[in-house]
Amino acid sequence: MKTTSKLVARSSHLEGSAELRATAKRSYEMRKVYMDHAATTPVDPAVMKAMTPYFSNIYANPSSLHSTGQKALESVKQARKKIAEILNGHEDEIIFTSGGTESDNLAVLGTVSSYKLQDTSNKSKPHVITTEIEHHAILEPLAYLEKTGKIELTKIKPGADGIVDAKEVLAAIRSNTILVSIIHANNEIGTIQPIEEIGKGILKWRKANASIYPYFHTDACQSAGYLDLNVEKLHVDLLTLNGGKIYGPKGIGLLFVRRNTKIQPILRGGGQEKGLRSGTENVPSIIGLAKALDLVFAHKDDEVARLEFLRDRLIKGLLRIPKTRLNGHAEKRLPNNVNISFMDIEGEASMLYLDAKGVQCSTGSACASSSLDPSHVILALGMSYEAAHGSLRFSLGKSTTKADVDYVIKIMPGIVERLRKMSPVSLDMKHF
Amino acid sequence: MKKSTKKSVDIVPIKPGKDAGFYSKTVKDHFFHPKNFMEKEKGYKADGMGMVGSPACGDVMKVWIKVDKKTDRIKDLKWKTFGCASAIAATSMMSVMVTEKKGMKLEDAMKLKPQDIVSRLSGLPTRKIHCSVLGDKALRGAINDYYRRSGQPEKIQIETGRVIDYVLKITDQDIEHAVLDGADTLAKVQQKTKVGTGDPTCIPEVEQLIRFYKEKYFGA
Repeated sequence: MKTTSKLVARSSHLEGSAELRATAKRSYEMRKVYMDHAATTPVDPAVMKAMTPYFSNIYANPSSLHSTGQKALESVKQARKKIAEILNGHEDEIIFTSGGTESDNLAVLGTVSSYKLQDTSNKSKPHVITTEIEHHAILEPLAYLEKTGKIELTKIKPGADGIVDAKEVLAAIRSNTILVSIIHANNEIGTIQPIEEIGKGILKWRKANASIYPYFHTDACQSAGYLDLNVEKLHVDLLTLNGGKIYGPKGIGLLFVRRNTKIQPILRGGGQEKGLRSGTENVPSIIGLAKALDLVFAHKDDEVARLEFLRDRLIKGLLRIPKTRLNGHAEKRLPNNVNISFMDIEGEASMLYLDAKGVQCSTGSACASSSLDPSHVILALGMSYEAAHGSLRFSLGKSTTKADVDYVIKIMPGIVERLRKMSPVSLDMKHF
Repeated sequence: MKKSTKKSVDIVPIKPGKDAGFYSKTVKDHFFHPKNFMEKEKGYKADGMGMVGSPACGDVMKVWIKVDKKTDRIKDLKWKTFGCASAIAATSMMSVMVTEKKGMKLEDAMKLKPQDIVSRLSGLPTRKIHCSVLGDKALRGAINDYYRRSGQPEKIQIETGRVIDYVLKITDQDIEHAVLDGADTLAKVQQKTKVGTGDPTCIPEVEQLIRFYKEKYFGA
């Protein structure tokens, strides 16, 4: 098919593109538009290249005292240094983990159990504040702690635009609040939360009450590469990042832990990562994570501008279809996120029709996940179950071009029309 | 010791150019090329109509039938479905099953089971089974409607079993089947039947039934 050459041209700005070009030529006959970067990104060839020596050449354990071991250790140190520089933190504040989920769990479980250890009198139950639109990696451990009677939990509801009110968060702080955890930018609808403002408010509260608590954690997996991750500016004590969303490898992440933060490990053993995360360091992936983070930050401003243009073009094009609605704030959202509800049709069905035409996106609807309820995020916006069932998330990335966006805009109306024709449902616009 | 001749498992199972799939080929075929869906409702003279589900739970199915009065066979079935791929494919497949071979006898159509549709689809992923559960219900609704309209109320078959969830028309029998199929918690039963997602007030009763059937069949 003719379209192959287009795809080749599009991916050419990825480093090491010759290799990629060859792969593209081999595997895709149909036009392929990957718009699921929020799920995960392809590994940048430059990242892969940086990682390669650490598989079978510099493979030794960084804890080994021999020369190859020390070489591995030195590389991990360099990676840590690079990341600390980007986050504006210190090397000893970077704890490598197996990914976003582990980092989130460590932030939640680690701070709560540390508080429990100090507070032997157990006078008051610790209190945690979060939002209704967190990732499950935050919500689930918190729900578990609440269910087992270990914490009190407050979940702040966002506005209809998918953004939480900083004042509401700050007003929820109590004398026993030990942790506030708020996602930097939401993974489904991309809305950017007022982390800086909340961070400042928390600092003020701590000062006024002469307390080390509450700690402030943010999950920045989705925002890395698009937003500033300067921990001094964000005023966070804990920050989660991972590799799989920034063109780095999967299965690697980190938790930034500000010096003097009281936190207990969830994995104990050989005492790696300052005792906060035992287990032999995943050296190739650590190198890959650092390289990936370095690359996305080097191209951040240009990429943000480029994607914002494409995002707005896609939103505008899709909203021309009748009975559609953009989920989340139109501007205060990640430059790569488009989340739209198409009424009267179910998300999975439209997603699969798109897939058949080479467009890969994802759905927040019930049938996509193992749970029956539609996306908790869309529901938190005050949308009806009906509307939540029809939502699709398109997340753009490095490979996305204007031609891709226009292709989606071109094929979407036909798909929606066809599925609506098959649907017995015709909902009132009051659901919007 | 004899050397094992067993073929080792290929850890890269997807050959280049080959599709990996969540759904079977038959499901995909019916989803992408649905048969017998209602394109033009206006002017279609149905002998019976049935509907089940609610958009809030993510599945709605509507079925229209035409009946050959002499032979009591289903001449035509048209449908509309709001739902995921398996819901659409299951209704499409059902429409084929009841209209093929001169049409299914009404009494046989009344007995059509979700499992029959699922097996004709070459299976469905477990958590998608509930989608097909709705199709046969809508069909029975349409047949009952036909009996009502054609002056044969004595033939109307009220859903066997007692309706527990009035929105999805799920009966105690459906819960029983789900438990028999291995669903031993509310979440698992919901995965199979969606019970209570449209009408959460029935959930306490559902939980009671799950306990009852678990005891009955598994003694636990």
